[in-house]
Amino acid sequence: MISDPDVIGLLYLVAIVCFVLALRFLSSPKQARRGNWLGGVGMLVAITTTLLIEGISNWALIVVAAAIGSVIGFIGARKVKMTAMPQMVALFNGVGGGAAALVALAEFHELDGVLVWDEALSIALSALIGSISFSGSLVAFAKLQELVSGRPIVFSGQNVVNVLVLGGAAALGVAVVAGLEAQWAIAALIVLALVFGVMFVLPIGGADMPVVISLLNAVTGLAASATGFVLDSTVLIVAGMLVGASGTLLTMLMAKAMNRSIANVLFGAFGQVQAGVGQVRADDGRTVRATSADDVAVQLSFARKVVVVPGYGMAVAQAQHDVRQLADLLEERGVDVKYAIHPVAGRMPGHMNVLLAEANVPYTQLYEMDDINSEFPQTDVALVIGANDVTNPAARSDTSSPIYGMPILDVDRSASIIVMKRSMNPGFAGIDNDLYLDEKTTMLFGDAKESVLKLISAVKTA
Amino acid sequence: MSDLSFVIELTILVLAAFLGFEVISKVPTMLHTPLMSGTNFIHGIVIVGAIVILGFADDTFTKAVGFVAMVLATANVVGGWFVTDRMLEMFKRRPDPKRDDT
Repeated sequence: MISDPDVIGLLYLVAIVCFVLALRFLSSPKQARRGNWLGGVGMLVAITTTLLIEGISNWALIVVAAAIGSVIGFIGARKVKMTAMPQMVALFNGVGGGAAALVALAEFHELDGVLVWDEALSIALSALIGSISFSGSLVAFAKLQELVSGRPIVFSGQNVVNVLVLGGAAALGVAVVAGLEAQWAIAALIVLALVFGVMFVLPIGGADMPVVISLLNAVTGLAASATGFVLDSTVLIVAGMLVGASGTLLTMLMAKAMNRSIANVLFGAFGQVQAGVGQVRADDGRTVRATSADDVAVQLSFARKVVVVPGYGMAVAQAQHDVRQLADLLEERGVDVKYAIHPVAGRMPGHMNVLLAEANVPYTQLYEMDDINSEFPQTDVALVIGANDVTNPAARSDTSSPIYGMPILDVDRSASIIVMKRSMNPGFAGIDNDLYLDEKTTMLFGDAKESVLKLISAVKTA
Repeated sequence: MSDLSFVIELTILVLAAFLGFEVISKVPTMLHTPLMSGTNFIHGIVIVGAIVILGFADDTFTKAVGFVAMVLATANVVGGWFVTDRMLEMFKRRPDPKRDDT
């Protein structure tokens, strides 16, 4: 049993160092896994230290709760598909935030009557942020899992209602800090914060999920940090803030990759179906040209340079393994194959890299947008597989387009473009893609996986 | 628990924020998803709070709340770690274009 606060503090410092090094090791793919192990060691040190604090009891409850949580977490982590990674992260954000809010609630109950202002402030913040993270993450999960529509859900006066709900929660928080030590106040604060979390994520469209997930990640970290203030625990403060910093940085990066301000993402309800946009395009005489797998196979086989542009459509069809096989075949024939990865390809930051890594594509073949864009003019065939908005030239030229200004992959500058797509439905942003009407573009319709399999057999005989 | 002053805690918080920005900005885009699930795991540190609450709880309300917090936090820690490990294992494969796993 440890009773000396200095010993506890020192052991927590060990944990903190492990966490920082874990993140440090993430700067190289070779060391990253070791970093995660180190993070695990830090967590074990922190948990063991806490369990050894003098006076800890209720062992049966602790063991049972830990066992239930471990089973849920372990099975979830093993079963989840890499395509479903964003949902998984959303869910873990939610449980982390929920735990932080509950800790605040229990601590408020325990300290009833002896609360100093700074303790009350920490408790109110922890409850508020944790609850928003919990309910917001669950809505994000439901949207990503397509339990509810990925399209923005909006009603008039939404922002006013949101402000009122958040204002109400904040007012209760102020009251608690000012000395209102009633259990109902903190409970009501939590309820309002939960409502706010739901209302806040509902109007955000599916295409903006990378930003939302990153933001919720940051929020959850801050909730953990606030809990650290509640319990006077350095390890919680530092570890929580590291997560807060990481989430904030990723949020800014994602918003930048879409050329939108964070405020616009959060309150713009981007991705509502645009009325009229489709009709205008259909009238200008250009048509979409469909092609066959055999034609595409010939085009690919005799190309010198092919750039594959994978999008979420490829991931949904689970075609990444077959795409790699196709790329291998082409390479055997002497074709130079590269992959172009847009920063917001997929549903979370870096998602496409994970999906391709899962399919054993060496990461040296993956090129980021800024590195590959200069190569499109020398590219014979750009093969767009289930990507849409990130290839839309309207982002460069059409000032009226909702995605105008978003950095895109310049696939339209290559000698020819093949777009593999299920149908002509607009992408997640809900707008038409000019690329499909380009005279250099041919479309190969069908499920990405089936199409790629057809291409593989056609290339073999070509 | 030690009783740190609010201002010292705030100082630690701000320094941690700067440290976080420094370290995270060196993580390549390629590893952003593992970064996110890795930080996901790290905010599972809230388990320390859950243990303290549940371990010192003496009435039913606190025990119940602490119990649920403990379940959530453990799921966060265990799930976050294993899923990150699973992902990073895929990245560890050698970046040699000559592959033998077809």
